[in-house]
Amino acid sequence: MLKARVKLDDSEFSEEVDISYHNIILNGKSRELSQVNLDVPVTGTVYGTLLNYKGSLEALKDQVHHPPYNEPPKGPVLYIKPKNTFSAFARPIPLPAGVPELEIGAALGIVIGKTASKVKKALAMDFIEGFTIVNDVSIPHESVYRPAIRFKARDGFCPIGPWVVSKDSISDPDGLGIRVYINGQLRQENTTVNLIRPISQLIEDVTDFMTLNAGDVLLTGVPENAPLAKANDHIRIEIDEIGYLENPIVPGKN
Amino acid sequence: MKKARVAYAGAIHEACESNGQLKLADGRIVEEQDVVWLPPLVPRTVFALGLNYADHAKELAFKAPEEPLAFLKGPNTFIGHRGQTRRPLDATYMHYECELAVVIGKTAKGINKAKAFDYVLGYTIANDYAIRDYLENYYRPNLKVKNRDTCTPIGPWIVDAGDIPDPMNLSIKTYVNGKLTQEGNTKDMIFGIAELIEYFSSFMTLSPGDVILTGTPEGLANTAVGDEITTEIEGIGKLVSTIISDDIFTKGQGPSYNEVHN
Repeated sequence: MLKARVKLDDSEFSEEVDISYHNIILNGKSRELSQVNLDVPVTGTVYGTLLNYKGSLEALKDQVHHPPYNEPPKGPVLYIKPKNTFSAFARPIPLPAGVPELEIGAALGIVIGKTASKVKKALAMDFIEGFTIVNDVSIPHESVYRPAIRFKARDGFCPIGPWVVSKDSISDPDGLGIRVYINGQLRQENTTVNLIRPISQLIEDVTDFMTLNAGDVLLTGVPENAPLAKANDHIRIEIDEIGYLENPIVPGKN
Repeated sequence: MKKARVAYAGAIHEACESNGQLKLADGRIVEEQDVVWLPPLVPRTVFALGLNYADHAKELAFKAPEEPLAFLKGPNTFIGHRGQTRRPLDATYMHYECELAVVIGKTAKGINKAKAFDYVLGYTIANDYAIRDYLENYYRPNLKVKNRDTCTPIGPWIVDAGDIPDPMNLSIKTYVNGKLTQEGNTKDMIFGIAELIEYFSSFMTLSPGDVILTGTPEGLANTAVGDEITTEIEGIGKLVSTIISDDIFTKGQGPSYNEVHN
């Protein structure tokens, strides 16, 4: 059994529970994940990190030496997934009208446990509550020169869950396999071994200029070759030792 | 009505401006200088516009954008009126940006610009400091430039939308130590308030407490430790911040807060 924190849809507060891969223990009874209505397990700001997988930077190839980029990134490149994007386990991801496919961004989310300012990497783990799974959904876009709000900040574009697994239940967050299944078919496989900034380094570099607070989530990045999904596809992101996050894509209203 | 949030005598209060003084929600009348000013709201999603004044775009050698250039800010960056903004030791060019801030008052999705002002609660002033040394060409301007702790003063208060009959014709001024360095008018925005609400709400839902910082006109200048920066918008007020040194945060403290609290 692992320790995790969940927020049930009909509850005002999140609660500590024991979990196994498919099950959650509530009031002494084991219930299957798909039988429980879950809410978003975090409350703070969600920060994404761009180009933090070695393969994602390599995929830009020579472009990084030419305009508009001119040189590879030096600092961590961050963005915000605003509150309108937050969504829970099993909730539908709306596909905007006129958009054929969405990019599935399988991200490990670091959930911050206490105020983190100017944290050195040797101490970074002390500031982490645990880890969750985030689907950093985007409308596919080529350029990463300008901020991508229109592509990344649509309603429902950030499913988070199913829970926050306590850091003590994770053997090595810098060595977790990540897999994306679309309609049951494996479409992407990668591991956090491939991060340019491993978790502790990322926390040091980010908290050097901005304070992270308890409940904030820092995404460690999206692996290269993010798979595309269309209306009525069923998305499942698995991360080792955390579990899986499932959401369907449904045609949006506008 | 001008509504502020302040700390006074051991508690946080809502307050409104009253003949040059502040009237707290509990009835007490206090002097402006006797309170600690907080951001006038706890912002939800905050949008900031880049290059939204033609003269400023030209000043930075960019052509005016065809679509709003917007980025988001996190809660860590906001401070209230008369707050302190930290200048990193290695910064060589850190400039202010006086901006009209539009506070959203109700849920907005798919709003036509003709109806956009129905969704505005009020207006305040933001100073969207940037440190150009840290600019890189990925999701530019990125958070290291635009989302640093203490680098977005906002306030002093929210002025009710009804008290600002024409928000698209307000003069904007910045003073460094009392000397006028930036001057413009909101009428020169490339994308006006109504267009911005139409644009954002066309692809995402806006909610009460969301804020749009509408960009800054030309007239940027470097700032130095000790400078008092006053950003002023006609009909709204004056927002003051002071630039302070990195040293203050580190010198003579022995072990850091983090080390002590582990």
